Amino acid sequence: MEYKMIVLVKQVPDTKNITGQAMKEDGTVNRAALPAIFNPEDLNALEEALKIKDKFGGKISIISMGPPAAAQVLRESLFRGADEVILLSDRKFAGADTLATSYALAMAIKKIKDYDIVLCGRQAIDGDTAQVGPQTAEKLNVNQITCVDKIVELKNKEIKVERSIEGGYEIVKTKLPVLLTITGEANFPRPFSAKKVLKYKYAVTPSEMSSYDEEYLKTTEIDQSNVIIKLWDHSEVGAKEEQIGLAGSPTKVKQIESVVLEAGEFKNIDNTKPGLEELIKELMNEHILG
Amino acid sequence: MSKNEVWVYIEQNEGKIADVSLELLGKATQLADKLKVKVGAVLLGSQIKNLCKTVFSYGADTVYINEDANLKYYTTLPYARVVVDLVKKYQPQIVLYGATTTGRDLAPRITSELKTGLTADCTNLQIGDYSAKDKEYKDILYQIRPAFGGNIIATIVCPDHKPQMATVREGVMKMNEPDSKRTGDIIEHKAEISKDLLITEIVKRFQQEKTVNLKAANIIVSGGIGVGSKDNFDLIIKLAHTIGAEVGASRAAVDAGFVSKDHQVGQTGTTVRPKLYIAIGISGSVQHMAGMSESSRIIAINTDPRAPIFQIAHYGIVGDLNEVLPKFIEVYKSLKK
Repeated sequence: MEYKMIVLVKQVPDTKNITGQAMKEDGTVNRAALPAIFNPEDLNALEEALKIKDKFGGKISIISMGPPAAAQVLRESLFRGADEVILLSDRKFAGADTLATSYALAMAIKKIKDYDIVLCGRQAIDGDTAQVGPQTAEKLNVNQITCVDKIVELKNKEIKVERSIEGGYEIVKTKLPVLLTITGEANFPRPFSAKKVLKYKYAVTPSEMSSYDEEYLKTTEIDQSNVIIKLWDHSEVGAKEEQIGLAGSPTKVKQIESVVLEAGEFKNIDNTKPGLEELIKELMNEHILG
Repeated sequence: MSKNEVWVYIEQNEGKIADVSLELLGKATQLADKLKVKVGAVLLGSQIKNLCKTVFSYGADTVYINEDANLKYYTTLPYARVVVDLVKKYQPQIVLYGATTTGRDLAPRITSELKTGLTADCTNLQIGDYSAKDKEYKDILYQIRPAFGGNIIATIVCPDHKPQMATVREGVMKMNEPDSKRTGDIIEHKAEISKDLLITEIVKRFQQEKTVNLKAANIIVSGGIGVGSKDNFDLIIKLAHTIGAEVGASRAAVDAGFVSKDHQVGQTGTTVRPKLYIAIGISGSVQHMAGMSESSRIIAINTDPRAPIFQIAHYGIVGDLNEVLPKFIEVYKSLKK
């Protein structure tokens, strides 16, 4: 049978391997120093969906909640083989914690209505909470399987997957519909398809389209047929205002501190044999090194 | 039994309680003392009553137990059903979970149903007051965690919803000394587990004891992305073997495939407090440092003299590991003779 799939993706600042440069002198985050990327495990989720579609056929819809700039991850989803892409964007979503986010996403999924499998990355690298997947599943009243390393078998309305547990793994079986959160172990995401890049390189949201200057448009091949990225706001998905954004978020940020590193007693050790000898002797005398 | 307790979700697996749950009982005891309430423990499974004794000895005043053959192994829906049931009935003000694969599967499902907040991977929990625009809140749970790639520390509160819920990684909190004389109340609960909750079938399970024991290690030699390659990482392992240390790693080194995830130190790995921590090729993301900054002594070896790790290190060596480590091993061996 063919499968209807929905993949949830997020555009995130690339927080990996960053050090002090990400902070400005006044202690605020230097966003400019952090390029925005496709959340890595969401790419793994998309890849699993594409593999299912390759094998059984079906349809892949992508939803991303974020600011207008998040349209980029939707274009990249099209370049990889997604069929339908939706940007869930509204100023009123701003300040959403994981609960308010999962509510908005669940409302968007309910608008799509017909699905067999919802996939998302296990966690996003900006928060590492791993909460939005299970919370969305609860709001949809569907079963969830988190930390999926491998889809073992998909047969009719039944799925068997391997998931990580503490110190090992388990193989579990459940019925569709289900929400899966996929780990980076699952696969190597495919690169863009050159054909699809050509087809979708000018894919835009309606608001991106209307922001273009008419004179500019005359110099390009962009026209209304490029408005491929759907743009849904809170009323489009029927989300209640009191349940979205800051208002819909039970958690509040009380305080943010930039990290102050403790400067303790510090000894610079010469990178020479006598230098190391002195260090090792000191640690041995204190019985720290045996 | 009374309302407003501080609860810990006790994770047990085939009759063995996860360390993190016992650690959380230690923290819950502190929070409950401050709030002048009792510590409750939630224990789910099949034939697990014998575990209550242990749970009391680590600090619980009351154990809420739900035994059911359908709860023999963890699956999301029935476990979530039982905990939600208990929370609704007994109304704790705080519920803490270990940030294990189980805790991270269960806690968000429960928060969503209860429409309350959840803060993941807290590195500290405190009680304090909170003032919003037009309202003052007394004795709120401060849920403190690194955010934004660890560059900031955020204090999160959940003032208007109960229970306040948080997950904490293993090793972050300290266990109480067990007191075998402690006892308490056992409250047996029997939630209705309907068939439609039993739709996840466990086909196979494989689990082994951890082969890496970072928490118990006196010395840890840890490598980061700066180590450069899996081959170079052998030098880290060699140094560790020479001086009788456990091998650690930063998340970046684990992600790069230099070494398995069991070795990961940091906010999303294991929190450690060894006597000596040798950080090699680790620049020092805040997430990593949150997991090792309480080491008694820290030696940092890095080619970049401006690496943040030097700011918490007691000894710094600026240099390439391929140069420094062989020398270190040689000098150590000659001094041992």
